[in-house]
Amino acid sequence: MLNDNEHDKHWLVRKKTILLLWRGGIAILLMLVLADFFIHAHPYFGIDGTFGFYSWYGLVTCIAMVLFAKALGIFLKRKDTYYDDE
Amino acid sequence: MMMSDFPVGFVLIIGAFILPFLTQKFRPIAALGLPLLTLYLIWSVPNGQFSVLPLFDYQLVFVNSDSLSRLFATVFSIMMFGGSLYAIKQKSVLELSAAFVYAGSAIGAVYAGDLISLFIFWEMMTVASTLIVLSARSEQSLQTSVRYFLVHVFGGILFLVGILAHISDTGSTTFSAMEPNTFGTIFILAGFLVNAAAPPLSAWLSDAYPEASFSGAVFLSAFTTKTAVYVLLRGFPGTEILIFIGVFMIFYGIIYALLENDMRRILVYSIVNQVGFMVTGIGIGTEMALNGVAAHAFTHIIYKALLLMSAGSVLYMTGKRKCTDLGGLFQSMPITAMCGIIGALAISSFPLTSGFISKSMISQSAADESLTIVWFFLMAASAGVFLHAGIKFPWFVFFQKDSGLRPPDPPWSMRLAMLLFAGICIGLGIWPEYLYVMLPYEVTYVPYTVTHVVNMLQLLLFSGFAFFLMLPLMKRTLTITLDADWLYRRVIPKVLTRVFAVIWRIDGQVREQIKQGLSNSIGYLSPRSNLLGGILSKQFPLGNMVMWVALILAIYLMLSIFS
Repeated sequence: MLNDNEHDKHWLVRKKTILLLWRGGIAILLMLVLADFFIHAHPYFGIDGTFGFYSWYGLVTCIAMVLFAKALGIFLKRKDTYYDDE
Repeated sequence: MMMSDFPVGFVLIIGAFILPFLTQKFRPIAALGLPLLTLYLIWSVPNGQFSVLPLFDYQLVFVNSDSLSRLFATVFSIMMFGGSLYAIKQKSVLELSAAFVYAGSAIGAVYAGDLISLFIFWEMMTVASTLIVLSARSEQSLQTSVRYFLVHVFGGILFLVGILAHISDTGSTTFSAMEPNTFGTIFILAGFLVNAAAPPLSAWLSDAYPEASFSGAVFLSAFTTKTAVYVLLRGFPGTEILIFIGVFMIFYGIIYALLENDMRRILVYSIVNQVGFMVTGIGIGTEMALNGVAAHAFTHIIYKALLLMSAGSVLYMTGKRKCTDLGGLFQSMPITAMCGIIGALAISSFPLTSGFISKSMISQSAADESLTIVWFFLMAASAGVFLHAGIKFPWFVFFQKDSGLRPPDPPWSMRLAMLLFAGICIGLGIWPEYLYVMLPYEVTYVPYTVTHVVNMLQLLLFSGFAFFLMLPLMKRTLTITLDADWLYRRVIPKVLTRVFAVIWRIDGQVREQIKQGLSNSIGYLSPRSNLLGGILSKQFPLGNMVMWVALILAIYLMLSIFS
């Protein structure tokens, strides 16, 4: 039964493909980090020339932004019918 | 009359009044032909000032042509061409005509060589864009268009006050680079910033644009904020405060877009974010930065329109706009999904897209000027753009869960418009030199170095990794996020309602007391006056009357004797 369902799905959303995409994605990320060994960095400020800077900076700042948005949402989120009585 | 003496923007404005009278068959032909004619005129006008009209002691310069105005006018007319193609299926002729006036006055504004004609076009844009919002003809669009109009009228008043003060200070109406150090120039800057969706009045954008029709939002995304970028670029380059305002806008756009559920509101929050990059660049003010701003405005108009076309197609085919209702649409709308993804990659500055070759000039200029903190903010923001627009929009609309919706791709005209703009996004990414030659200053910047490409990919793909790691936290909810418009939609009306309730109560009490007092005094006076002969009595005895008549006659006699 489950297999039938899986088979009905678009190939892109099958569990197998998603697993493959995760693995492929992580492999690409690893290769990109390792690419720092081979490229010639042009640091402007020092730290931006260190190994893996752009990788961790992108990851960390994005997590920070999501968490910040989440925290702000606690105060500012309302039901989307909030203004409906205008 | 020479061709160059004809104000270029008027082609579209005059066209707007012809379009309603054309038949269904000829209207699209005119709607596509007029922007092309405009484009031709733009490139046939040489540098210099044309269409100069005297007005009292001043001169109106309708066409001040140079590389900067030509660049903006060019992208405005390309936008109008693509927008008209996309809007062929739009039944509202009002919307199309309003869009033509809107685009025509935006072109008029970027060619305006003096503050007075700039102001005229500025206000025409306000009216035309309000009509576009209004022509969606829903309850929401009616209400939001009133708010939209009022905010822009307020911005227009700031601008007008600034112009008048500036003219009385300097005696000149010329529109050229200024510094915000006088009353007049500060007000002009404030007026510009309202239209750039800068804080504190930025909520008009996210309030109004998502209420427009599927095609209306595409037109709206292009002109108001980018005309504001143009006037800031020409009027206030290197004004330091713009760096702070710009960086604030960048992060405001990201954070609000992350919290948003309405697919088109996600995209309009990201307009604020993108305009923030441009405003920051204007604040940095070096030739490299200003080139970057001009290039980014050009590429931004195209990919933002593309994103809104993609979202508009989903809205047109499904009637749904919330991420919570959508998902899985890539299966039945492959072209819409693909074009949406290309737009999303371009806005995220992916290598081989137009955003890559424009935005990086702005961050490069921050590095060149050793603006350390600004540069780190800009890098974080670049990652954040991929997070809030680059992945979030396509993911929640086209992938995510399977919503069960299986609408087909939209009609051919909409598909063609999307493919055209997707083509431009990639074309400019591959051959940036075609854009670079149009920029106001000479370009020495080389976008495609191995280091730059690899660094950008690291930043963006790890941002994407963060998105999927945090996916549980990104789950869409049926919510909106309060913005500054809360003040004028909730707080001020509520306070006023309370204040007026008190005023009406006191008013009622005072009236009641006065009424009581009056009826008391009438009750006191009437029995006394009702006596025969009382001064206020209704019944006069005959003797009294004779006495009064005699008195009047006596006075009359006296007067006639002495005169």
